[in-house]
Amino acid sequence: MTETSTTAATGAATEASATKPPQLRAARVRKQSIIKFVILLVTLGFLFIPLFSMLIFTLRHPLSGRWSLAPWVAIFTGNGESLGADLTVLWQGLGTSLALCVVTVVIMLLLMVPTMVIVHIRSKALERAIEWVATLPLTIPAIVLVVGLGPIYRWLSADVLSTNPIWLCFAYVVLVMPFAFRAIAVGLNSIDVKTLVEASRSLGASWVKVFFRVIIPNLWQSILSASFISIAVVLGEYTVASLLGRMNLQVALYQLGQSNSQISTAMSLLALLFGVVLLVALDLISDAMRKSKEN
Amino acid sequence: MTVEFNTAQGAASTTAPVQTEAEFKNDPTATLEGVRGKDVTKAAKRLLKESAERGGGSIQMQDVVKIYPGSTKRALDDFNLDIKPGEMVVLLGGSGCGKSTALRSLAGLEDIQGGRIMVGGQDVTGVPVNKREMAMVFQAYSLFPHMTALENVAFGLEVRGMGREERRKVAMEQLELVGLADQAKKYTQQMSGGQQQRVALARALAIKPRVLLLDEPLSALDAKVRVQLRDEIRRIQLNTGTTTVFVTHDQEEALAVADRIGVMNKGKIEQIAAPQDLYQRPATEYVATFIGLTNRLPGASNGDEAVVFGQRLPVLPGSAKGDAVTVLVRPENLTLSLPSRNDSNVGERAHVEVIHFLGSLVRVDTVVTSGEYMRWNKGNQLKVTVQLPASELPAGLAIGDNVVVAPRPVAALAC
Repeated sequence: MTETSTTAATGAATEASATKPPQLRAARVRKQSIIKFVILLVTLGFLFIPLFSMLIFTLRHPLSGRWSLAPWVAIFTGNGESLGADLTVLWQGLGTSLALCVVTVVIMLLLMVPTMVIVHIRSKALERAIEWVATLPLTIPAIVLVVGLGPIYRWLSADVLSTNPIWLCFAYVVLVMPFAFRAIAVGLNSIDVKTLVEASRSLGASWVKVFFRVIIPNLWQSILSASFISIAVVLGEYTVASLLGRMNLQVALYQLGQSNSQISTAMSLLALLFGVVLLVALDLISDAMRKSKEN
Repeated sequence: MTVEFNTAQGAASTTAPVQTEAEFKNDPTATLEGVRGKDVTKAAKRLLKESAERGGGSIQMQDVVKIYPGSTKRALDDFNLDIKPGEMVVLLGGSGCGKSTALRSLAGLEDIQGGRIMVGGQDVTGVPVNKREMAMVFQAYSLFPHMTALENVAFGLEVRGMGREERRKVAMEQLELVGLADQAKKYTQQMSGGQQQRVALARALAIKPRVLLLDEPLSALDAKVRVQLRDEIRRIQLNTGTTTVFVTHDQEEALAVADRIGVMNKGKIEQIAAPQDLYQRPATEYVATFIGLTNRLPGASNGDEAVVFGQRLPVLPGSAKGDAVTVLVRPENLTLSLPSRNDSNVGERAHVEVIHFLGSLVRVDTVVTSGEYMRWNKGNQLKVTVQLPASELPAGLAIGDNVVVAPRPVAALAC
């Protein structure tokens, strides 16, 4: 139905009876809702079919076609011997990745929050420069990054620190920087930092007090979301760890996949689920925080 | 205010030795001389501290220069300001005149390139913002969004290390003072703009600042709330006797609340005087045209008297001399009469262009009929605005009618 015919019909209908135009509108609304439903269905299918396939793969042995819960049992009991897989690598990788999450988030926050707050207050020009630098890792492919990181890590592990995979945290801070920057920038722009700082300064607060008592509480949500996104990135990181020869969760999953792909796939699903739960939790927490203030 | 200040100082000096004398009696090992000697220094130190705290009211800004980074213009150009304790001074001026810069320099929020700032006789030029014991209310809403109204007011007290219960009590008193005790538990988002500025005022007053600084606190509010809050600010300021500097671009606001108004232009104060003085006896053309309406009329001046439209009138000090000067005459200092009734030879013929009825007053815009002033007025017709009580308006006056306008013999500025 074209626009002109609709208006013509509406005009005629108002003269005849008042019941017709709403029906026309209702028809259009119905048509739109069907289109919306179809788009939603296709998108969900696109997202969930691979996940669903992974789930089926973990339950049905690809060669024998037998259905069993064995891979999941192996993960949750921590004993993969029945399936001929050594799970110690997996636990080691998981442990490393979780530790990396914590260390990366801590370094990222210590580095980014004070820097961004100071720059936001003091210099707009410098803020743009920092934005540019922080966004760079997003435009540089991980492989290219590793080429540069390789010699640095060789020197770090040989002369300064050790080969412990925890030192990947430095590379990961660089990797999460664009996401963390965005999240914190949103928070900084949503409050009038300059006025709040000036108000608290003039009321007698020292810089330390201003930072911890005024700025951090108002940036809480952004800090939380920066942390959660960083955790999601670190948990899913493969390229840098693999190319630098360090063991993290994703590298362990890949290695395990060589001996038992079912357990590896099941673990990938779990990691993914963990990430989703984390992001949903972030949404719920920030929602609850906002509501508690408005009511 | 000055009386209060004196007695407080006196009390401090008399009580100090009495206390220590009692202390001495309780301590048998102390020698009289030793204690006395310590006493004197102690008492003197205490007195100094007390007087610095209590006499904090006076402000001197001397030859202050402020140049913003990246600019060659002086935002403050040898700016001078002297304020007595308990006084409310309004800095008035158009945008970019430096009024906010002056306030922010006083608060310590801007570094100055030259000059000296003294508060209560102490040089605070190098003192950081948080040690200046001043409090500021900003144009933008500046309440902490993560705190309730009460917590906001208590913030300054918390910074000063006051106990939890005590600061709640003091904060509550301040909220009552601004009439918002029932809003204590509310967050910023749940309050109107006017309420937020009230809380900001309470927060500023809670720390008993030496100086209260108000940076266009009303300009974000709507007209009715603005008038209400401005009267309230003045009432509270008179009650607490806090020295206050108020910055605004709204002359009505300035005239309503100020003890003295400083009219600013290009980083300097053009004139600082009581509102009435400023209106009746402007020192410069800028001040005369900035505050209220004024007519620019051609005249001749000898420095004591001027002749405008055949009428002799005294001129204000600082006026120019010469045969062709501009005399600034307020609309209410002009008379308007019908040509038939006009028996004197004073006045100039004009015709009525617009009549504005303002209730009890009438403002009549006229254009001088004779073309002889055209050249003086750069080729434009000379327009004269007359304001008079509605009862004095000639009956039946209509647009286009011929009238005679003449100045009253009231002192005016010639320039």
